[in-house]
Amino acid sequence: MSLSAKQKATVRDFFSKMSTRSDDIGAEALSRLVAVYPQTKSYFAHWKEATPGSAPVRKHGITIMGGVYDAVGKIDDLKGGLLSLSELHAFMLRVDPVNFKLLAHCMLVCMSMIFPEEFTPQVHVAVDKFLAQLALALCEKYR
Amino acid sequence: MVEWTDSERAIINSIFSNLDYEEIGRKSLCRCLIVYPWTQRYFGGFGNLYNAETILCNPLIAAHGTKILHGLDRALKNMDDIKNTYAELSLLHSDKLHVDPDNFRLLADCLTVVIAAKMGAAFTVDTQVAWQKFLSVVVSALGRQYH
Repeated sequence: MSLSAKQKATVRDFFSKMSTRSDDIGAEALSRLVAVYPQTKSYFAHWKEATPGSAPVRKHGITIMGGVYDAVGKIDDLKGGLLSLSELHAFMLRVDPVNFKLLAHCMLVCMSMIFPEEFTPQVHVAVDKFLAQLALALCEKYR
Repeated sequence: MVEWTDSERAIINSIFSNLDYEEIGRKSLCRCLIVYPWTQRYFGGFGNLYNAETILCNPLIAAHGTKILHGLDRALKNMDDIKNTYAELSLLHSDKLHVDPDNFRLLADCLTVVIAAKMGAAFTVDTQVAWQKFLSVVVSALGRQYH
């Protein structure tokens, strides 16, 4: 399910519109992940707390969103462009791939909340496909 | 049996009491058919689904979206026994409609996105938690009678 040229343009365009609120979306999305899917807190046991809205969750959500934006810039070659991030996730973080889908869903919900007019079904499918491709690129080195 | 806190019940009831079934039903089903196009396999008799624009204008899809959303009313009225409330509907989806139960999850996700857009900031973390818990119980109940 690779992205068409039109869908890549849609993704770039929407992320550009979103850029003023990208930190909020990242922070909110991770907060919602640990709240709606509490099992995901298992990856954050080393933090003092992993409650929604807490400082470490917000900060890490922003970091992740930064990575997503970086990936938008590499949309034409996600596997190649995300090689080192893939190694990090494969050998160090070892996040079960099912969780990428869960976080993607939370990101889509936040985008929809903050940009209800712009997040049309057409934008939704393009962004969903992009996040799925991103997840695949992150899993590239897993096995 | 699923346990609901008073807060969760209040949140779910509040969402439904403010719900525009036609608008949200139509938007959710359309979004599902557009974002997950393989779901169109169940809508062969629903007219033109050629592209996003025709899906969004399709009156048969709009009507069916409303119908599906009203189907959730049963769960709302029987929150303490959603499993049995949907036993018959589950059999219908399995034996007559032959719907892959994974599609219930896809539609539920689209419904969540549409409600989030409608509610904006009011779709708080606690609201999303309660809402997704409710939908996951419904989805599970609908898949339960498959054999």
